[in-house]
Amino acid sequence: MADHSTTADTSLTSALKRIVRSYKVAGFLPVLLTVLLIAFAIFIPNFLVVKNILNVLRSSSYLVIIAAGQMLVLIVGGFDLSQGAVVALTSVASALIMAGLKDTLPGHPDLIILFGVLAGLGCGAIFGLVNGVCVAFLRISPFMVTLGTMSIATGFALLLTSGIPVYGMPKSYVEGFGRGLLLQLPTAFYLAAAVVAVMWVMQNYTRMGRYILAIGGNIQAATVSGVPAKTYLILAYVICSMLASVSGLALTAQIGSGQAVINAQLTLESIAAAVIAGVSIKGGVGRVEMVALGAILLLTLTNAMDLLKIDPRIQAIFLGIIVVLAVALDELSQRRAALV
Amino acid sequence: MVAQMTTVDADNTIQSRASQGARDDLLLDLSNVSKRFPGVVALDGVDFDLRRGEVHVLFGENGAGKSTLINIIAGTFPPDTGTFKYRGKDIAHLTPHGARFMGISPVFQEFSLVPELTVEENLFLGRELTVGGFLNRRAMRARARAIVRELNFDLRPDYKVSQLSRAHQQMVEIAKAFLTDVRLLILDEPTASLTDAEAAKLFDLIGKLKVSGVGIIYVSHRMQEIKQVADRVTVLRDGHKIKTVAARDVSENELVELMTGRKIGVLFPKIVSDPGEKLLEVEHVTLADRSVDDVSFYARAGEITGIAGLVGCGKSEVIRAIVGLEPISSGSIRLHGTEVVSPTPAAMMQRGVCYFPSDRVAEGLALARPVRENASMAALALPGFSRHRILQRRSERRIVQGIVEKLGLRPPNIERAVASFSGGNRQKILLARGLTRDISVFLFDEPTVGVDVGAKVEIYELMKALLATGVAIVLVSSDLPEVLNLSHRLYVMHRSRMAAELTGADINEPAVLSHFFRERQANDTVTHALN
Repeated sequence: MADHSTTADTSLTSALKRIVRSYKVAGFLPVLLTVLLIAFAIFIPNFLVVKNILNVLRSSSYLVIIAAGQMLVLIVGGFDLSQGAVVALTSVASALIMAGLKDTLPGHPDLIILFGVLAGLGCGAIFGLVNGVCVAFLRISPFMVTLGTMSIATGFALLLTSGIPVYGMPKSYVEGFGRGLLLQLPTAFYLAAAVVAVMWVMQNYTRMGRYILAIGGNIQAATVSGVPAKTYLILAYVICSMLASVSGLALTAQIGSGQAVINAQLTLESIAAAVIAGVSIKGGVGRVEMVALGAILLLTLTNAMDLLKIDPRIQAIFLGIIVVLAVALDELSQRRAALV
Repeated sequence: MVAQMTTVDADNTIQSRASQGARDDLLLDLSNVSKRFPGVVALDGVDFDLRRGEVHVLFGENGAGKSTLINIIAGTFPPDTGTFKYRGKDIAHLTPHGARFMGISPVFQEFSLVPELTVEENLFLGRELTVGGFLNRRAMRARARAIVRELNFDLRPDYKVSQLSRAHQQMVEIAKAFLTDVRLLILDEPTASLTDAEAAKLFDLIGKLKVSGVGIIYVSHRMQEIKQVADRVTVLRDGHKIKTVAARDVSENELVELMTGRKIGVLFPKIVSDPGEKLLEVEHVTLADRSVDDVSFYARAGEITGIAGLVGCGKSEVIRAIVGLEPISSGSIRLHGTEVVSPTPAAMMQRGVCYFPSDRVAEGLALARPVRENASMAALALPGFSRHRILQRRSERRIVQGIVEKLGLRPPNIERAVASFSGGNRQKILLARGLTRDISVFLFDEPTVGVDVGAKVEIYELMKALLATGVAIVLVSSDLPEVLNLSHRLYVMHRSRMAAELTGADINEPAVLSHFFRERQANDTVTHALN
């Protein structure tokens, strides 16, 4: 009898320990997300409707992709303000190429799409390279560099289109990829899932992931240990911008036209998603799976506010408050950790 | 790749055995190496060589060029001029990565560890083991455990470095050097935060390495250690090589004379104490982060109150707390007998307490601004510097110029940017700030770190002159000869607590050292039990 109860006790305590440990690993975010989802499902009538769920999944997919890139740059101790502008430029450039090739390559929609996609990714690669080189070699603060490139990318996008949407992309790109469903789920969802999976493997099982963390943790130590820090610093910026391009391509396909003004809030949202997910703005800390949850949380909140018919201008104020609060919490928790 | 390296090595050993020449015995041969940094010549035409299986100690004061030299050898930065021969080959464009690959393993004092990574991840940083492009975690874990066991260190490979004590971080740093096949090991004050038992383990290891033909460059200030491990000693001073001597042929006093370039008695002026009233009293002060735990001391007018202790013992923190730079959780501070409630640097300055930070670049000076502005920064509200919030520039210039000339700033040009002055002169500029207003308590935090010998003497003379005006001086220093020779009363701090107060003839090296290491063993067992 006595034996029985002790084994029950130990299995209970070990289960508790396991919960505590997984809480320590995963943190507050999954709990918060679950609570919010349950609350919204109960209190907001149209929240738990298939169409709405698909809507949230799709819109958060674009953000997950961008935020995963933003996370890398935050980990190496910088940030990328040009992401939103790169999304817009990608959208414009890919749409222009596809529309322009429509007459040159009739009957080859796949080739047209390929060139469009390459043009879009090229925009991301170039801007990422410029950002990275300026930060790594010229030692300009990431804030100034990406503020500058943001303006450059926005300027190009507006110059190329005069602000008019670009139509004429192949139907298969828009209907098949942008608005298509695969096993009932939007294609963008699979794209985001793939990005998160690749990044997760990269972070946990490759040298590159470890180097990026090390550079953010202590760049001096990384350099002295023989890590080619500058290369990986630049790589982080390039991947970040290219992920912005990936998201821009998917977004363009969904909208059905190339737009120079896509979503002014994207950059702020991507930083917000990362910071909510515990990515430290001081660098060295961040996990992609948490960032994905952060992005979903952010867009679930936005969606709930939409359903509650809250003015978008008020939503913008709300987003700003969330960002400041998340950073303040990060700062406070670090200070407390320092005291222990 | 690794296999190739080993065969090459085997060939070399056979060759060296065959020829038995002394030249083949040379592992490293630097000649006429110079390195210049903006504003300083860190190394000037230095020759240095290292044989296989020897311990070559680098000895010199702070700023003598030791760390510049070991950084050049480790590939952190290249020398401006000079030749670098390693195992008989001329080496150019050495990178940290390349150096490690060739078997040069540095153990820096400033840890090259990433706090957010685990011990194991840090050990392998920059040379991770991989299988098909992916990290081979299991192999790395096994290798890490094996190395820790071999070194006989008490380390857990899965702990994050940020969770470790300084001593354990030091062990990780050392273990990191042993990951690859070491041929040339650089140890930069490796025992600075180790206990005696841990240091003994390290010395055993050094003995084994010597037998297996590894050359070791050992940087240390500790005479006992040098006696224990050194084969040869090279003394550096102000970027010049003074002499290389065989360790057994040289006495401690000779080494110190070589290092300072003068007899000890001449370096430290005779300062007469004339203790008056207690100007500053610190009672049972504990800091919020526990880096200072229940510490009490006082400082009297007309005497130098020294505080000695190892790096990280809390000695800097306690005087920083006096001016409100560290949050105090309990205890009291009294100035001229009245209690100070929640001190701030500005309020303490007004009450006549001036703190001189040890990190002059980070906390003391605005490098891009001229001497004048840096000196008058603390006094701008006083008459003579401003009237009705409008600056009195002419009078400011006059006052600052006077002070700067008294301090012997070179050149005495108060419109020059601080960045263009050397370490010793920067310290004088910082001191000038304290002299622009009435100060009765001077708190010096490592005042002579990175200062050359000549400027040191001038700073000591200044302290002497200040003391004669009846102020109280608190001197916190890791430089043992400095606190020993200047203090009239000397406190010793150990692990956040006050360990002893020494006066008169009790102020001597053995007494202080015994308190540095007191109860250390007992404390270690307690921390381990808690872990």
